[in-house]
Amino acid sequence: MWKWIQRFSSPKYFYSMSAPLITWFSIAALLTGLYGLYLGLFVAPPDYQQGESYRIIFIHVPAAWMSLFIYMVMAVSAAIGIIWQIRLADMVAAASAPIGASFAFLALVTGALWGKPMWGAYWVWDARLTSELILLFLYLGYMALQSAIEDQRSADKASGLLAIVGVVNIPIIHYSVEWWNTLHQGATVAKFDKPSMHIDMLIPLLLMAVAFKLLYAALVLVRARNEALYRDRNRRWVRELIEKL
Amino acid sequence: MLKAYYHLLVRDLRLALRNRHELANPLIFFVLVVTLFPLAVTPTSEALRAMAPGVIWVSALLAVLLSLDRLFKQDYDDGSLDQLMLSPNPLMILVLAKVSAHWLLTGLPLVIIAPLLGLFMSLPSEAVTVLIYSLLLGTPVLSLVGAIGVSLTVAVNRGGVLLSLIILPLYIPILIFGANAVDVASDGLPVTGQLLFLGAVLALALSLAPLATSVALRITAAR
Amino acid sequence: MLEIQSLECVRDDRLLFSGLSFTVAEAQVLQIEGPNGSGKTSLLRIICGLRQAEAGKVLWQGESITASREDYYANMVYIGHLPCIKGDLTVLENVRALLDTRSLSLSTTEIEGALAKVGLATYEDVQGKALSSGQRRRILLAFVELSRAKLWILDEPLTALDVQGVALMESMILDHKRAGGSVVFTTHHGMQLDCEMSSVQLGRKARLQGVE
Repeated sequence: MWKWIQRFSSPKYFYSMSAPLITWFSIAALLTGLYGLYLGLFVAPPDYQQGESYRIIFIHVPAAWMSLFIYMVMAVSAAIGIIWQIRLADMVAAASAPIGASFAFLALVTGALWGKPMWGAYWVWDARLTSELILLFLYLGYMALQSAIEDQRSADKASGLLAIVGVVNIPIIHYSVEWWNTLHQGATVAKFDKPSMHIDMLIPLLLMAVAFKLLYAALVLVRARNEALYRDRNRRWVRELIEKL
Repeated sequence: MLKAYYHLLVRDLRLALRNRHELANPLIFFVLVVTLFPLAVTPTSEALRAMAPGVIWVSALLAVLLSLDRLFKQDYDDGSLDQLMLSPNPLMILVLAKVSAHWLLTGLPLVIIAPLLGLFMSLPSEAVTVLIYSLLLGTPVLSLVGAIGVSLTVAVNRGGVLLSLIILPLYIPILIFGANAVDVASDGLPVTGQLLFLGAVLALALSLAPLATSVALRITAAR
Repeated sequence: MLEIQSLECVRDDRLLFSGLSFTVAEAQVLQIEGPNGSGKTSLLRIICGLRQAEAGKVLWQGESITASREDYYANMVYIGHLPCIKGDLTVLENVRALLDTRSLSLSTTEIEGALAKVGLATYEDVQGKALSSGQRRRILLAFVELSRAKLWILDEPLTALDVQGVALMESMILDHKRAGGSVVFTTHHGMQLDCEMSSVQLGRKARLQGVE
């Protein structure tokens, strides 16, 4: 079993197996995304309060979900890397961070754009936006630590530990920000989620969520492949690969 | 094991006392930063009172952050950290000793000087009491969580800014609840909830942070 | 006593050594030899458990050093390149601080005896910052002497020591061996040890990695 895991998690094996997956994930992401956008932008009915402007949630909400999801993936793979010394897991964690940070950034920008018509200002200290901003800071800290340590192995472990500490903290941060928000702004800020969402809105939202997941899968594979090539640049399998070119 | 804790604590305290001039620096910094705010606005007592909890807590955060350096830097530079890690005693106990010393040398003085700052910022006396309680519960968490960050960055050249980048987001819950407790208290409302939250976070940090710090130290030493 | 099994060490993409195996028995003195950058310090740090090997095991009394950590560390002492000396503590306090990490509380007379042996008699109350680097290294020798460890791991113990200091180190190693203790050390200075000695050669094999 252990041998089996080690074989399948070797960067060389991963590199040779992942190429076709990228194509499939990209195509699937594109199709789901286009269909989701079509349903979201043209088929779903306008909101009775917010008119057309609410349609940005089909980007905003899945992006926010993804930013949290990717942080979890990052922390779990970092833990696997630290505990079982699986290099591929470290590569996945390192490859995930910039993607997760981008999704967090996207969620913040779309949130601000949506805020303008809703609240009359691009930025209000809404609980979710604030949490999202802190999540972005956690990503940036992870990436800064990762790049500050020269030795690759320690960089992976150190930043991995930081990601795990971050995961323990996320619920606490989330809870405290939520609580802070209700104190200071109370019910004046409309909540993003609607308890009962129209099914025509829910379907494109879920489609977009699936599309983003597929997009992430494709992107993380591309980035992890690059990490594998870069980190193993002096190993035999990469050299053989280069000689074949 | 208790002996190991005690010996290391005493060693760190003794080292700090031999450098008395450095000892006061975080404290002076704390008072200085708080002093800057009234100078930057119109210092009416209402305005000051409104911003006091936030100003004092943010300054406390920064003061602790700047002092974190002395937690492991010296020991790392002169090799004593290696000897600590080669101790037959659990590394967690030693980490806890060092964090305790750090808190006694930076957190506790902040708590003691806080009433003076309450006076500066025209806080009512009930709020000052709560300020002391909240700092008493919150500053140990700052030391504990900070220890994780320092042990990850102690080997990085010019790791100071990096340290604040990775640690400050983790300090946010303490800031929110600490400042809010003082804020609410100056309106004369009960603050048991906030203080309980701070206590719960302290218990959590006390049980997990030394573990995370010792893992982080091993990662740093392995370089 | 100590068993090294097929260690592999990689640093900054370079394979320093692989498949390295040897044992250290009681009353054995072992020198790790090799040019600069061949991984001597890394090897010693792996043996101490401060660094993790890419592959391979370090066993203490037949058990991995993570499993037997407490017993291993109680019986092993390591000194590295750094002096471990606090400038603000006196010589006596420095030795005590080092011994405290090993939970050894020795009497002041015993410590003073060891300090006298390493040529630091009358220096007990001098602060560390007033000492020369050779004197700082001598404090470490006193620490090793007092550590009660069976296994000494010494990384360049002769650094900064004068002729008498070198002779002192040599006689300490011989005494330790005679008492049944073991020593693993590296050095670039000639150490004239009048005893049976084995060595491990770390080659200039430090090359770009050719491993899978």
